[in-house]
Amino acid sequence: MSANTYQLTAKEKRFIGWHFIFAVAALAIGSLFGPFQAMEHAGWNFYDKFLNHFFHSYYEGLTLHGVLNALIWTTFFITGFLTFTMIYGLKRPLRYPKLNALGWWMMVVGLVTAAVPILRNQASVLYTFYPPMKAHPAFYIGVTLVVVGSWIEGYGFYLTYYQWRKENPNTRTPLISFMALITMVMWQIATLGAAAELLVDLIPWSLGLRAGLDPQLDRTYFWWTGHPLVYFWLLPAYMSWYAFLPRQAGGKLFSDSLARFSFWLFLLLSVPVGFHHQYVDPGVPEGWKMVHSLLTYSVFFPSMITAFTVVASLENAGRNRGGKGLLGWLAKLPWNDPSVLAQLLAGILFFFGGIGGLVNASYNINLVTHNTAWVPGHFHLTVGTGVTLTFMGILYWMVPYLTKRPLWCKKCAVVQVWLWFIGMIIFSNAMHVVGLLGAPRRTPLGAAPYIPEEWAGHLLRVGIGGVILLFAVYLFVAVMIGSVLTKKKLSEEPEPPVADSLLDPQTTPRWLDRWVPWLVGAAILLIIAYGPQLVYQISTAQFTSPPFDQIFGG
Amino acid sequence: MANQRESMHIDPYERTWILVSILMLIVFFGAITVAGLSFGVRVPDPVARVNPNKLEESITFAEPGLKEVAPKRYEAYIVAQTWTFNPAEITVPAGSIVKFYVTSRDVQHGFKLQNTNVNMQIVPGQVSSLMVKFDEPGEYDFICTEYCGIAHATMYGKVIVTP
Repeated sequence: MSANTYQLTAKEKRFIGWHFIFAVAALAIGSLFGPFQAMEHAGWNFYDKFLNHFFHSYYEGLTLHGVLNALIWTTFFITGFLTFTMIYGLKRPLRYPKLNALGWWMMVVGLVTAAVPILRNQASVLYTFYPPMKAHPAFYIGVTLVVVGSWIEGYGFYLTYYQWRKENPNTRTPLISFMALITMVMWQIATLGAAAELLVDLIPWSLGLRAGLDPQLDRTYFWWTGHPLVYFWLLPAYMSWYAFLPRQAGGKLFSDSLARFSFWLFLLLSVPVGFHHQYVDPGVPEGWKMVHSLLTYSVFFPSMITAFTVVASLENAGRNRGGKGLLGWLAKLPWNDPSVLAQLLAGILFFFGGIGGLVNASYNINLVTHNTAWVPGHFHLTVGTGVTLTFMGILYWMVPYLTKRPLWCKKCAVVQVWLWFIGMIIFSNAMHVVGLLGAPRRTPLGAAPYIPEEWAGHLLRVGIGGVILLFAVYLFVAVMIGSVLTKKKLSEEPEPPVADSLLDPQTTPRWLDRWVPWLVGAAILLIIAYGPQLVYQISTAQFTSPPFDQIFGG
Repeated sequence: MANQRESMHIDPYERTWILVSILMLIVFFGAITVAGLSFGVRVPDPVARVNPNKLEESITFAEPGLKEVAPKRYEAYIVAQTWTFNPAEITVPAGSIVKFYVTSRDVQHGFKLQNTNVNMQIVPGQVSSLMVKFDEPGEYDFICTEYCGIAHATMYGKVIVTP
């Protein structure tokens, strides 16, 4: 394997490491509020008793929870992880490291710019910031800077790849770099919607340069970005399951060609599906909702390929370790390795999250779940566990690799992973059930006058799950801090666990390593799925909604 | 490295798995289509536009409320605003078919009629509409399901269905 390794410079490691420091800090602060929301549902309201000395309202907390966890923890972790996989996969430094550094600083400036108005209760608009509820302009500008910063880091990747391709015209793109590039390209197509919403509508409107907006049009812009956003979170986790986890478990990737094929399908199908978040919107015709429902079902297909390939790779690992019989290989997997454990348990809960997602995507069935507690129950299984627990698992090997220090308290890490798994099962199951019974999301249910008796037991379980997750998240933060501060040193740098594939990637078809046809395909699908509705919604827009910003209380 | 021929290398099990996945999706899509077309489980479709700043000039929303259009057939015009529904209570006899038309005077709201298939996003400038038949007498809460400001949790109304 030594021929495959590549040494990152100390400077490159520091650059990547700072992404993770900001990501974990965001998770540590943002996650504080989640459990307090869960406890509020159970009737233990700390927002009126204790948190009111520091924060203005439940919704300031909920905005912090959504923005820091769903936007900042993910984006900072992902740009850091992609930087690593670009350099390590291509075995060459970034072509223009200063360009990537510029992108990074823009993200940091954006984060601070958005955080100030949130902490002053001037942007308690949640992470979907639907107009005409209006936040302080600094919030919109900050969010824009974070996104544009991530784009600039992406441009740095493209230029690095272009240079590598010139030097290696006939080699298949190394899988981890290939996946990093697709993730970034998908993200840049996806964020065009939010860019239009922020730059054309929200920023000028919040600055008083435009009198009114058409909120329906802005919902359409938002969900152009909002759904592929979840694939931006998910693809790096898939990347780890495909290209790292098999090696960590002691095996090889089952199918290089299907891994690549599934990523191309994600590039094609992640974006033209946004109307499945708008099934109950008044301004989108039924027929177009149906079209997006069919396209959303299509995205399920590459996820099924992923499920098969990842499980087959794990079976390969388990059999290499001496596992026998139909399921004996499962027991032989290294369940005591916190990084492997985190990804296995993340995968299990993600499976259920995927099924729930299919329910949400199912057109008229969405009438039962839309804006109910079912939805946060669902995405705490997907982004909250499938993605987040996988990212934690990645950090359990990545931090020792970057710092050349051993993981501090490996047992704590194992306990942490199990706590997350158990806490999330309790929390998420209760949220799903109470959502089906009709409980709304984004609502301090302790203050709601319409709560029937039958919800009480489920709301109690929401609170209990939240308390367990509170311990789980801070145990994770403790392991991270301990691992960075420990005085112990490793004698040699750990090798990043990049998996080989069962068959030489050079035998993977060449059309799976060509960009133009896939990009053209993605553009055509977008024009079909969004073109007619965007033309219609823009040409009939009525910009009649003035800003509302005196409704945050506190 | 004996065989350098390019191919997808799809395992027979994986081929089966892929076919079953596709079949499953076709069945699911068929099911929701049948539910939508044959059983009338509909999602909102555009019905009208209004100016949220001039609802008092609108023919239908100037005086929101319940209108009987035929025996046991009603249209309910409701305005959502921070943090109430107007009207917050309507009464119909059991067996009634009610078509709801809901709009917003200010920010976005939600309109979820508990224990029915009525669930709508309320967007200023748009009118959201769905129809429901009330067979069982009782009280049906309609609650705001979209965050609309600090007192969002208190925003609800009810349909009283009399025997």
